[in-house]
Amino acid sequence: MAADYAALKKGGFMRQKQKDNFSLRLRVVGGNVTAVQLAKIAEVSEKYGDGHVHLTSRQSIEIPFIKLDQIEEVKNALGEGGVEPGVCGPRVRTITACQGSAVCPSGCIDTYALAKELDERYFARELPHKFKFGITGCQNNCLKAEENDLGIKGGIQVKWRESDCINCGVCEKACRTNAITINDGKITVDTGKCNFCGRCVKSCPTEAWDCVHGYIVSFGGLFGNSIVKGEPIVPFIEDHDTLMRVCDAAIEFFAANANPSERFRFTLDRVGHDKFREVIMEAINNG
Amino acid sequence: MADFSITDTVDITDVVCPVTFVKAKVALEELDDGDILEIRLNDGEPVQNVPRSLKEEGHKVLKLTQNDDGTYRLIVQKVGD
Repeated sequence: MAADYAALKKGGFMRQKQKDNFSLRLRVVGGNVTAVQLAKIAEVSEKYGDGHVHLTSRQSIEIPFIKLDQIEEVKNALGEGGVEPGVCGPRVRTITACQGSAVCPSGCIDTYALAKELDERYFARELPHKFKFGITGCQNNCLKAEENDLGIKGGIQVKWRESDCINCGVCEKACRTNAITINDGKITVDTGKCNFCGRCVKSCPTEAWDCVHGYIVSFGGLFGNSIVKGEPIVPFIEDHDTLMRVCDAAIEFFAANANPSERFRFTLDRVGHDKFREVIMEAINNG
Repeated sequence: MADFSITDTVDITDVVCPVTFVKAKVALEELDDGDILEIRLNDGEPVQNVPRSLKEEGHKVLKLTQNDDGTYRLIVQKVGD
């Protein structure tokens, strides 16, 4: 019987050079894997693979050298450790994330919570081509948000709270975009220069800032055969529900407008960035 | 300038990141809770990062001013023993 390679690929089994051998991609969310999962992955790799795993460029784990006739057995074994196969092909791929504010002092948003939510909402959804989400917690951009079809970057929108300010002067120097000026003890923030990095808040001894933790979203990034940076075409998104509407609208736009095997960026180029921006602005404004 | 009751002074302009912070941290370790340390530091990375790192260690940053020679003067109060 001929193997249905497309079905196998959809289920995360990647055909290897070696006949009847598959590299099994696992479902990982936001780059986090539990110790229990890791132990099971190690066990399966020893028993059914050749005893090694591969860490992919997008935070997944693959177990190579899985034999075609053992695929079901492998899936069941992994299931015992709470490990599921991942996906490949034209659908929503692994949602990647940095550690974010749950762990990292620089984080402005809880990237893992958001990754889990996007994973539940979209993972493996069928589309004209692959679609990648990446979430990074702050302007340090460890997760390279703009490489993704839809990149999310955490930020903090700030407003000075005079009552708590001790006028130490630290924020003016901590700001790397020169958005903060202090005159006679009064702080002004140039919103045209502020990039929402949050360094003023993180360095402030008294946290004398009213903060909105939100999202800078970029669209149409590519980092394969073509390299194009995703563009942040809409203003800072201030709340979670608006972000979800924007993600929904972007995916729907791609599903409705893309040709088969056309990446999001090329759909945007062909159909029109202005038209897409209108759709996204509508999603933002119609809450 | 209304000033602070400085307990000790450390100059970290002769080292680079991350030793800047380490040197400030070691100086603070010599002090008691509530003592005040004056730190002389350079423009650029030190002035951007050292105040924040000291805050993350739990200390209280009180003032940052620029000196005539382009360096900065950071006043920090030790919190904890």
